[in-house]
Amino acid sequence: MILSHAKIETNTAILLVLALLTVVIGGIVEIVPLYTIETTIERVQGVRPYTPLELVGRNIYIREGCYLCHSQQIRPFRDEVERYGHYSLAAESMYDHPFQWGSKRTGPDLARVGGKYSDEWHAAHLIEPRSVVPESIMPAYPFLMQRMLKTDDIARHLQAVRKVGVPYSDEMIAAAAADMEAQQNPDADPSGLASRYAKVPIGAFDGDPTRITEMDALVAYLQMLGTLVDFSAVTPQQLRQ
Amino acid sequence: MTATTMSAARSEAREDYLEDVIRASMALAMFWGIAAFAVGVLIAFQLAFPVLNLGLEWTTFGRLRPLHTSAAIFAFGGTALIGSSFHVVQRTCRAQLFGGEPVAWFVLLGYQLFIVVAATGYLLGITQGREYAEPEWYADLWLTLVWVVYLVAFVGTLVKREEPHIYVANWFYLSFIVTVAMLHVVNNLAMPVSLFGTKSYSAFAGVQDALTQWWYGHNAVGFFLTAGFLGMMYYFIPKAANRPVYSYRLSIVHFWSLIFLYIWAGPHHLHYTALPEWAQMLGMAFSVMLWMPSWGGMINGLMTLSGAWDKLRTDPSLRFSVTAVAFYGMSTFEGPVMSIRPVNALSHYTDWTIGHVHSGALGWVAFIVFGMMYHLVPVLWGRRDLYSKTLAEVHFWVSTLGIVLYITAMWVSGIMQGLMWRAYDELGFLQYSFAETVQAMHPFYLIRAMGGVLFLIGALIMAYNLWRTARGDVARAAA
Repeated sequence: MILSHAKIETNTAILLVLALLTVVIGGIVEIVPLYTIETTIERVQGVRPYTPLELVGRNIYIREGCYLCHSQQIRPFRDEVERYGHYSLAAESMYDHPFQWGSKRTGPDLARVGGKYSDEWHAAHLIEPRSVVPESIMPAYPFLMQRMLKTDDIARHLQAVRKVGVPYSDEMIAAAAADMEAQQNPDADPSGLASRYAKVPIGAFDGDPTRITEMDALVAYLQMLGTLVDFSAVTPQQLRQ
Repeated sequence: MTATTMSAARSEAREDYLEDVIRASMALAMFWGIAAFAVGVLIAFQLAFPVLNLGLEWTTFGRLRPLHTSAAIFAFGGTALIGSSFHVVQRTCRAQLFGGEPVAWFVLLGYQLFIVVAATGYLLGITQGREYAEPEWYADLWLTLVWVVYLVAFVGTLVKREEPHIYVANWFYLSFIVTVAMLHVVNNLAMPVSLFGTKSYSAFAGVQDALTQWWYGHNAVGFFLTAGFLGMMYYFIPKAANRPVYSYRLSIVHFWSLIFLYIWAGPHHLHYTALPEWAQMLGMAFSVMLWMPSWGGMINGLMTLSGAWDKLRTDPSLRFSVTAVAFYGMSTFEGPVMSIRPVNALSHYTDWTIGHVHSGALGWVAFIVFGMMYHLVPVLWGRRDLYSKTLAEVHFWVSTLGIVLYITAMWVSGIMQGLMWRAYDELGFLQYSFAETVQAMHPFYLIRAMGGVLFLIGALIMAYNLWRTARGDVARAAA
């Protein structure tokens, strides 16, 4: 072995190529099957692309680094299922570019936070977390109420996400700006939005339907998390990976 | 002593080695180290006292945490790796760096530009939202260019070497450069929204994105924070101890098994998630196997001291390097243990992981860099010795105490957190609300922050000592 290794360590090209080949193998064996094995994504109904407002909210979630303290991945343990709800499925994040499963729970898991608290609670909590949870160590985000959202480039975002594989239709892209407006205005006609996106939460998330703020977007995103799959209709067969 | 191991000892100065760029990298690494530790101390206190988020969007924990991790790993660690690799590859090849001054400065300064662009972006909220891969697409493209030039400079120097063998430290540096290039390019594939905007969307989604990201993330540990710094170990420990590497055969086995096995270990970050179980099992199996080459490397580093253990008392450089290898051994044992699924069920999502990372980052990475710098700064500035060995000794003990406070606080808080989350009362209800578990962490967050303060103070002492050394001052010898 020592003899033959002398060849490797006296020839830069051989060393370089072997060092690269050695590290390529593991990645290929682990990553490629996730695309080729069909059961990697469970066959459940209900998962849809994010509405324009939710997508913007998700981008704010990413921008503020929420994933550094909050996971979005419930493990199949008794305590986690009791605390947070049904364990997370791969299907539930199939349109997540990037995934936000997280790796740390300085705060609680948010995979199924949708619908658990009122819009008002979320807004109050984000403005000053300790006003509703005295023990909280979360930073305050009052500026979300002041920052207005523009709707003029939302279609471009949907197009970019479509390019990486999320099935946004032409109709969804054309109506993106209007859908963004409609989701945070309870007085607007919801039929168009609801026909394009199932189970869409509608509300004046920041308490003011006349303006679209970052608070609207973030709360809209939080309120739909984990709500898309109807687990009462899911069979064990569908969950098999 | 074989020809290969001789070459480390034989690297007498030649006129045409590039050294300005290495001197600059030492100063920059010291600066970034202090910056990284200072931000770490701030965010540690933020977790104990949320008012320290200051109510400003630029100073929240969520924006400063990537600043801290990037400053520590990429700015401090990366700059030290670039500088030390330039030194090692020139000396062990007995050749000037390929491309000369322009290429060397382009790599060092181009890399600094990447860091500044990425770091200022974090404060403004520009991030890909993937841990340790936060810089957005334009910064990633720039880094790719810099990194390719780095690879060319390094490989070019190997090609034109005057030594028959490529010294073992260079295998590790080479593997670090090549593998990081592969990881960086694949993991950061993304679709920008516009060529004039900062935002992009990852090419991967959900479960595939998770595995790609942790294939990257764990191997940022494996190749950036391990292989590169093992290169440092294989040069500077034999050099400071004036002994050959303990076992040439072990270094061969160590190198190939380490780089082969590391790549597979990523899925242990995704135990019990929606990642299919076969992938989790593979990740766990390889993580446990990884224990062996890791300890092989540790043994090779430590046993190099055979017959020179007395130098631990007199050589601050060696003391840091050897302690670093000991911490390396400890965290590469802890890592495989935490990768075992039932253990991970408890440790995952808790502070235990944070403690584990810091026993590696502070104990191994920072200490091996400190050892390298205490050795290299006098060499580069042509001084006979450090300004003050006493100050270096103070640094050693202050920092070591800081690490011990840090990791023990995180062990306790992590295990406590994990147990509290799964605790049931006698009626069969969850015993603690989440908020109660947050409250219980407070004392440990304080202890951890104090550990960080000590580590920062140590680094400031070091900076002062190295600055005086570079100036050519000599402290009056302490008793």
